[in-house]
Amino acid sequence: MSGRKIGEVILDLQNISLRFGGVKALTDISFNVREHEIRAIIGPNGAGKSSMLNVINGVYHPQEGTIVFRGEKRHDMEANAAARAGFARTFQNIALFKGMSVLDNLMTGRNLKLKTNFLQQAIWWGAARREELENRAKVEEVIDFLEIEHIRKTPVGRLPYGLQKRVELGRALAAEPEILLLDEPMAGMNVEEKQDMCRFILDVNDHFGTTIVLIEHDMGVVMDISDRVVVLDYGKKIGDGTAEEVKNNPEVISAYLGTQH
Amino acid sequence: MAASQSGLASSPLDTFPRLLLNHAAVRGDRPATREKYLGIWQTWNWSQVAQEVRAMACGLAELGFKRGDNLALIGDNRPRLYWAMCAAQMLGGVALPLYQDAVAAEMVFVLQDAEVKFAIVEDQEQVDKLMEIKGQCPCLEHILYDDPRGMRHYTQTWLQGLDEVIAMGRIHDKNQPDFIPGEVSRGRSDDVAVMLYTSGTTGRPKGVCQTHETFIAAAASGVNFDQLTEREDILSYLPMAWVGDHLFSYAQALYAGFTINCPESGDTVMTDLREIGPTYYFAPPRVFENLLTTVMIRMEDAGAIKRGLFHYFMAVAKRCGADILDRKPTVSTADRLLYALGNVLMYGPLRNVLGMSRIRVAYTAGAAIGPDLFRFYRSIGVNLKQLYGATETCAAVCLQPDREIKFDSVGKPAPGVEVRIAENGEVQVRGKILFKEYYKRPDATAESIGADGWFHTGDAGFFDEDGHLKIIDRAKDVGKLAHGAIFAPNYIENKLKFFQHIKEAVCFGHDRDMVCGFINIDMGAVGNWAERRGIAYSGYTDLATNPQVTELIRECVEQVNAELSHDAMVAETQVHRFLILHKELDPDDDELTRTRKVRRGFVAEKYAVLIDALYSGKASQFIETQVKFEDGRTGKVSADLVITDAKTFPVMKKAA
Repeated sequence: MSGRKIGEVILDLQNISLRFGGVKALTDISFNVREHEIRAIIGPNGAGKSSMLNVINGVYHPQEGTIVFRGEKRHDMEANAAARAGFARTFQNIALFKGMSVLDNLMTGRNLKLKTNFLQQAIWWGAARREELENRAKVEEVIDFLEIEHIRKTPVGRLPYGLQKRVELGRALAAEPEILLLDEPMAGMNVEEKQDMCRFILDVNDHFGTTIVLIEHDMGVVMDISDRVVVLDYGKKIGDGTAEEVKNNPEVISAYLGTQH
Repeated sequence: MAASQSGLASSPLDTFPRLLLNHAAVRGDRPATREKYLGIWQTWNWSQVAQEVRAMACGLAELGFKRGDNLALIGDNRPRLYWAMCAAQMLGGVALPLYQDAVAAEMVFVLQDAEVKFAIVEDQEQVDKLMEIKGQCPCLEHILYDDPRGMRHYTQTWLQGLDEVIAMGRIHDKNQPDFIPGEVSRGRSDDVAVMLYTSGTTGRPKGVCQTHETFIAAAASGVNFDQLTEREDILSYLPMAWVGDHLFSYAQALYAGFTINCPESGDTVMTDLREIGPTYYFAPPRVFENLLTTVMIRMEDAGAIKRGLFHYFMAVAKRCGADILDRKPTVSTADRLLYALGNVLMYGPLRNVLGMSRIRVAYTAGAAIGPDLFRFYRSIGVNLKQLYGATETCAAVCLQPDREIKFDSVGKPAPGVEVRIAENGEVQVRGKILFKEYYKRPDATAESIGADGWFHTGDAGFFDEDGHLKIIDRAKDVGKLAHGAIFAPNYIENKLKFFQHIKEAVCFGHDRDMVCGFINIDMGAVGNWAERRGIAYSGYTDLATNPQVTELIRECVEQVNAELSHDAMVAETQVHRFLILHKELDPDDDELTRTRKVRRGFVAEKYAVLIDALYSGKASQFIETQVKFEDGRTGKVSADLVITDAKTFPVMKKAA
């Protein structure tokens, strides 16, 4: 469909198991993500989707399994290392600084790119100033890309939900990520907002070549925009493949529609 | 580019391309165009603009654009779309701006009618629209887009980026430096420069052909009238297809050589207005109304002290502000002192918030402005004036001279323009500013310009004792009640619309025994009002049918009735019954024109069942209406509308 070429496997999760005490959140899950693709993780409530995302960017540490990222093998990710490696994410419940303006929120997304130290920034002269201007220019590109010019100076808390979601995507984009993890980017949105969000996700993928892993409930959305889908249920993988394949997978159908085994 | 080089120094400045090249030679370093891009205002001076326009013209010529071709322009106010107008004119072509928010189907007619071969559009959204209808417009050969975002996968050969076309033009211009000066010198002042389609309150839109001569005459008249200089700044944010924007942002800017500023997007206009602080400003009444509504809403939310101060000083301003602006000697010293204090504490900051600190002259036109609204801006020291005109007259028939401001008149005929009132009360105009013709419609042209050369505006009006023109209504809208009283719906509707809670009103009464009306509430103002009272609502329809809202609107209607009862001319036309519509009147549903005037006939037909209910004495009426969304999909809105009786007042004798 497009000029972007889906490349080699960039992230490979092998036999991941995650337990919280006696609760098995994820059991022996393996799947991979290719460069430049849109990869969806779906499943009913409590299937372990968010846990999976948290394993990928190092918030949770799985008890078993291996994560191979760009050929580098490790047992788990550290959140900090994940961010430096080019992971950025959005959250199911919006996690923005409500009292800060949209612009300032997006600037926090650039935090890892700052090289000057605290003292230099406090004086705001020379290198620190140059650096801020460069970062601001990047942030402005994101603002332009997401068409949020009109709310640049508005405190995030005053924005409607749909726009806050967009701002959160903006903050993730400001970090110029290689892999973007989106946790239910379309939850709670109306049809028009969903359409906008879909367009932005596709544009990000197309324009910047960003690899995207997303969790989503809305099956219509998932089928429309993802290249490949992995299906979880009760912490186990029950399906993996293109949207079409997954849709016809009897196990997936029964997990979603609740047919008797 | 010096004038001597281009060989144009001696030729008269009677076409827009010549004006442009002259500015590049005379004031090449002065800013010509600004646009906010990635949060920063970018400036192009006149010589840069001239270079860009030349390159664009050469690029268009390479693609085969010829003398007499029409160049369609679709998009928000972008510098390159303004420049493209001049580029087309350099080649002897005609600029044809279209309303950018029109849905694809609406564009078909214009594109077919004008046999458009070339279109320059803003972005992917507009490209998609044109692709949808390209099959119906066989003439359309080239579509050029300004913003390449999202366009990478469009491989059609007839689609090109404006960047590439300009780059191609630059090479062309370098190789053949005589080409553009040659083309410019072939241009004649009576060539058609621009074609503006009338919004068409009635029937199909008609292409109004304006020559260089007419628009330059109109621009010159306004510039001389208000002594505008090259130092003015103007915010260009109104639709490019509207005659007002074309006059102010294109014709006058090119005539006087002042700076146009393009906002970042339609949603940022308020912020951009404050940042630019224009010295010369133009807006239809609707914009002034929205600004005032925003201020009023914010004031209601302010603390008690601030609110008290605001109301106190607004009362002072109402009493003497406008007179002080008009330098009338009648104002008392005490009032002058109070006003000066108010200026420091209230009016100054308020003007600043509105982005009107630097305004020397502001105009409004396009629809009648409520006297109270008009008075508000003048009283806080904004020199807001009215002008009157039509697309066919380059928007410049009458202007209010400084210090001769009347709230209910549109001023005196502009220099060089003759105005007369026909026997049936219709305003007729003659002068250099008249359009050449309706495109390919000699019948319509003959109908509107009589054999004696007078243009029939279709507006009803009269001159007062000072020679000021007063417009009452569209001539065809003015009717009579069954018992003979004159019924001017617009007059009543404007009174209703001045209430911040009422966004739109449509009154009926012709050949009826009483006046009844539809009301559209203002979602922002009424929503805020409801929130402060803890009234829950789920959307427009829900809010509109809320009984407390009905009560609020009833009070407004009764207040208007009280005012009407004071004036013998209109006292019979008080609003007896009204209902609040379940949906906002919308141009996408053809209920408003693109310039947001009510299409009265259409509305009356569409909601005939509601009108019947109003006049048959029913207490409520069920209605279901189809609505069109911006992307062309449709949905349904239905509601049970309550019809309310409003109190009317006995006719009062006019106070001495």
